[in-house]
Amino acid sequence: MFRIIGERINTSRKQVQTAVIERNTGYIRMDVQQQQDAGAGFIDVNAGAGIGHEMEDMKWLIETIQPIARVPLCLDSPDPAVLEMAYGMVDQPPMINSISLEKERFDVMIRFLKGKACRIIALCMDDSGMPVSSDDIVRRAEKLVFELEAIGMKKDDIYIDPLVQPISTDTCKGNMALGAVREIKTLFPQVHITGGLSNISYGLPQRKIINQTFITLMMGAGMDSAILDPLDERIMATIKTADMLLAHDDYCMAFLKGVRSGLITS
Amino acid sequence: MTDFNDIKESLVNLDEPRMLQLVKDALENGNLAGDILNKGLIAAMDIIGEKMEKGDMFIPEVLMAAQVMANGLRVLKPFLKEGESSSRGCVVIGTVKGDLHDIGKNLVAMMMESAGFTVHNLGVDIPPEGFVKAIKEKNAGILCLSALLTTTMPMMKQTVDAVVESGLRDQIKIMVGGAPVTQDFAHNIGADAYAPDAGSAARTAKTLLI
Repeated sequence: MFRIIGERINTSRKQVQTAVIERNTGYIRMDVQQQQDAGAGFIDVNAGAGIGHEMEDMKWLIETIQPIARVPLCLDSPDPAVLEMAYGMVDQPPMINSISLEKERFDVMIRFLKGKACRIIALCMDDSGMPVSSDDIVRRAEKLVFELEAIGMKKDDIYIDPLVQPISTDTCKGNMALGAVREIKTLFPQVHITGGLSNISYGLPQRKIINQTFITLMMGAGMDSAILDPLDERIMATIKTADMLLAHDDYCMAFLKGVRSGLITS
Repeated sequence: MTDFNDIKESLVNLDEPRMLQLVKDALENGNLAGDILNKGLIAAMDIIGEKMEKGDMFIPEVLMAAQVMANGLRVLKPFLKEGESSSRGCVVIGTVKGDLHDIGKNLVAMMMESAGFTVHNLGVDIPPEGFVKAIKEKNAGILCLSALLTTTMPMMKQTVDAVVESGLRDQIKIMVGGAPVTQDFAHNIGADAYAPDAGSAARTAKTLLI
C-alpha cells in the first residue's frame, strides 16, 4: 500500500501561515481532516517559515492537530530542539523529516533519533551537494541505512528520499532517480522510498501530467511513498490506479471505491 | 547591410543551421563581428529572456538557445577585436553558505552571460567573506545571491551585511533570488533587486547598471 505524506500543513503556504499567525484552529483542523479523508497516511507539520518563532508555532500546530489526528504526524524541522519538543507531544510514533549526510545535520539528528520510536525520512544529500548519478544516490542511501541501523532503527522505519531533480536542465534526471530506486529496493527490500516528486517538472509547462506520469514510473521502480498534496485528485487517482496495477490492491477494492466516490475517472 | 533581425529570429527559433549560415553571410558581407554579436545574438537572447519571463519559452529551450548562441560565438570569435565584445558589466554570483542548490543560480548565470555580462560563478555554499573577496578581486558591479531553503534565507541578510561592513556597498548592486525569496524579503534585507526567474534576472541586471 502506497503511503502518502500530506504536505499541506506548512507555513511556507500562505493560508497556513495566516492561520498560524491568527491561531485559527478551525482552518488547520479542517485542512488536516480533508487530508486524512483523502488518504494521507501521515500529516507533515512544518512551521519553519516563521523565522524566530518556529518553536511556538510548531507547539501550537501540534496541540491543534493532535486531538483530531487519526494518522501519525510527520514532524518536519531542521531544528532538533523543535523536534524534541514536538516528539514529546505526539501520541503515535511520528515520522521525522529529515536526516541527511550533511555533517552538521547528520550528527545532531543521529543524536536525536537514538532510542526514539519513529520513522525517519533520510535524504540522499551530503556536503558535496545534490547527487549526480544513480550510483551516487545508491551509495548515499547505503550509508544512511547503515548508520541508521547502527543506532537501532529498523529498515521498515527508514524512508529514503533519492532527491528528484528537474529534467528541464538535464533530461537524464528521470532515469537517474528511477535507476537508483530500483537498486535501493534490490539491496534493501524493506526500506521505503519517498520524496517530493514535483521537482521533476520544474521549468516545464503542464507540470501535472509530468508529475502523474513520473509517479507511475517511480512506483513501478519501487517507490512506495511520496510527499504530496492529497487533495490533488488527479495525482491521487493516478496513485490508486498504479497501486492496483502493481498488485497492491486486493480484488481492486481501493480502485473501485475510488471510482464509486467519483475520485477516479478515465 | 545585413538585417540583424534574421539572425535574431533564427536564434529565437533555435534554428542553428540557419543562424550559423546567416552569421557567416553577415561576416562575408563585411559586417563587424561585434555588431553581429550585439545586434544579433545578444539581442536574440534578450528576447528569449523576455519570452521565458512571460512563460512563452521554457528552461530546456533557453538552454538550447545558449548552446546555439555559443556555437555562433565560436564562428565570430576569430573576428572579434579586443574590446569589441565589451562586457555590459561584471557579475559575481553564488549560492549562500549552508545551501547546496545550484540549478536556478546556474540558469541565472547563463542568462546573464548570454546577455553580455562577464559572470563569475562562485558556486554553492559560499560564505559572506567569499562574496566580499570576489567583489574586490573582480571589481564587480553586481552581486547575485541565491538561496533555495527558508533556512538559508537569513544567510542572504548576513551576506548583504558583510558587504556593507566591507565598505563596498556603494560600488555594487545586490540582487537576490530563489524559490522562497520575495520582493519584500529583498527589500527588508537591503538588497537592490529581486528577480523571480532567470529571464527577468538578466533584464533586471541591465536596468541596475544604467
